[in-house]
Amino acid sequence: MDHVSTIEATKAIVTLDVPLPGIIWGWMITLNMWAKSIGTGVILVGAYLLHKHKKDDMPNLRWMMPLISFVALNVFLLFTLLDLHQPLRMINIFIHPHWTSAITVGAWMASLFTGLITLMALIGFFDAFPNFRRQCGLAKAVRAKSGLYEKVFPFVVFLALPVTMYTAIIMAESSARELWAPGAEVIQMILAALMVGSASLILIAGKWSAEARKDLAFILASSVFLSFLMYMGEYFFSFKAAEVEATLAYVHSGGSYFGQFWAAMVLGYIIPFFIATSSLKVENRTMMKFAAVTTLIGLYLAKSTWLEIPQMLPLS
Amino acid sequence: MKLGFLVDLNLCMGCKGCEIACKVENEVPLSSWRLRVKYIDIGTFPDTSRSFTPLRCNHCENAPCERICPVSALHYLDNGIVNVDSSRCIGCAGCMMACPYGAIYMDPESNTADKCTYCAHRIETGLMPACVVACPVEANIFGDVEDETSHISRYIMAHQGNIQVRKPEKHTDPKHYYVGGGNNTLNPLAHERIEGYGLFNNITHLDTIGDPHHSILDRFLTPIFGGHHENEGNLGFADMPNDGGHNEHEEGGH
Repeated sequence: MDHVSTIEATKAIVTLDVPLPGIIWGWMITLNMWAKSIGTGVILVGAYLLHKHKKDDMPNLRWMMPLISFVALNVFLLFTLLDLHQPLRMINIFIHPHWTSAITVGAWMASLFTGLITLMALIGFFDAFPNFRRQCGLAKAVRAKSGLYEKVFPFVVFLALPVTMYTAIIMAESSARELWAPGAEVIQMILAALMVGSASLILIAGKWSAEARKDLAFILASSVFLSFLMYMGEYFFSFKAAEVEATLAYVHSGGSYFGQFWAAMVLGYIIPFFIATSSLKVENRTMMKFAAVTTLIGLYLAKSTWLEIPQMLPLS
Repeated sequence: MKLGFLVDLNLCMGCKGCEIACKVENEVPLSSWRLRVKYIDIGTFPDTSRSFTPLRCNHCENAPCERICPVSALHYLDNGIVNVDSSRCIGCAGCMMACPYGAIYMDPESNTADKCTYCAHRIETGLMPACVVACPVEANIFGDVEDETSHISRYIMAHQGNIQVRKPEKHTDPKHYYVGGGNNTLNPLAHERIEGYGLFNNITHLDTIGDPHHSILDRFLTPIFGGHHENEGNLGFADMPNDGGHNEHEEGGH
């Protein structure tokens, strides 16, 4: 210890205190946000593709899109539940809702969204495989209501936006963490959904038309580019608020979050951007799948970094 | 009625009597604090001074914890106290993320959020909060800030110009005031935590927030991976070495 010689006279030092809380929202909340981005992103990107292209151009989209969303949303809901210290009391959100809380509003919207997605996934699946469980009562009932898919879909697309964005409002309500600027987070949530929505669909787009795949590459390239720009702006130039500056200075100085942040940028943003833009000219399906996978990994790392670093701030 | 608290830092001598009284009165579990007294030193030997800052919930009039709580477990009482209903809390920790003062903890026994309630149960029966009773120098002053004849109101009037609240820029409108505070004592970014300078060694973050094995998944994963909150590189913030990986507990004094 070289503490005898270097301390400045004006420097205040904490000489007795309790240990501070560590990470409060950790990997489960990261996974929660990541999975939600996939669950809503495939719907948003899928809706755009269905609007622009013929259904025959994307033969498996009608059932794969809600199925991917269904799986991702259930991962999201599962880890939301598991992260609670009293998971069985989750019901209180529905019987004692407090509407100023974005957690409450989000839980209600996400539950409704998941319900509608479940319906679409069932219809999409049983329509895609007409011989599967032909005699099953549930399958028959679902096939009989096949038209509901198209009726429900516009509401699902509409709902996907606030379901994507409400986590940004939770972050805004977390007034102890100034790094999370609500405006930036709202946009980042939408861009994250577009990134992993397009990345997920790239993985199932093997038999799609070239034009549809080109659109996916364009959505991926543009969303990672914009999101990367926002991260760079926040990472290097957020020095207006003391707490934000202190948080980022900690990351800039090195350590595990520094490595994690740049790994996220390279995997989730830089690599997919260059692969996707090059695929707009000459398509390389293998490389696009690689870019999709790195996007999914990179977004998880980016979410994890951005979620955890402001929690390192001593609040008192 | 709007109950408020005032601490005269000029009087506080850092005996931690309030901290102990709070622990005992509210049966606050180990590794949790509703009220703590932080020691901050400034200067170079022999010209040094030590200040003591009791820190507790600010019972904000515009409380972020109340706003974010999804089930109204955190709620206002008529007397202005921000109270906690543990039986309703779902343990989402949103309040811990929202509170700018780090005043809320996850009780490892009940797995619910908890914090200082200004001893609401004592006030209900006409008693003063336990920390007020325990303070040997009457540095803790408690009362109705809307009653201009109350002790706290008169104290505030007598010290006009020297009354501070923590983080006023957050617009939480705290009902917890300090006399004799300053940037070094009230702004957590103004002082550093440097290994070797404390009365105790090994600066730490808590390994876990509340019960380490609170979720069903944890109960499955813990035997395999040995727990997931093992500090995960979360030692240290700006003031500490950014080596991102120590996992040490506070160990005795020197």
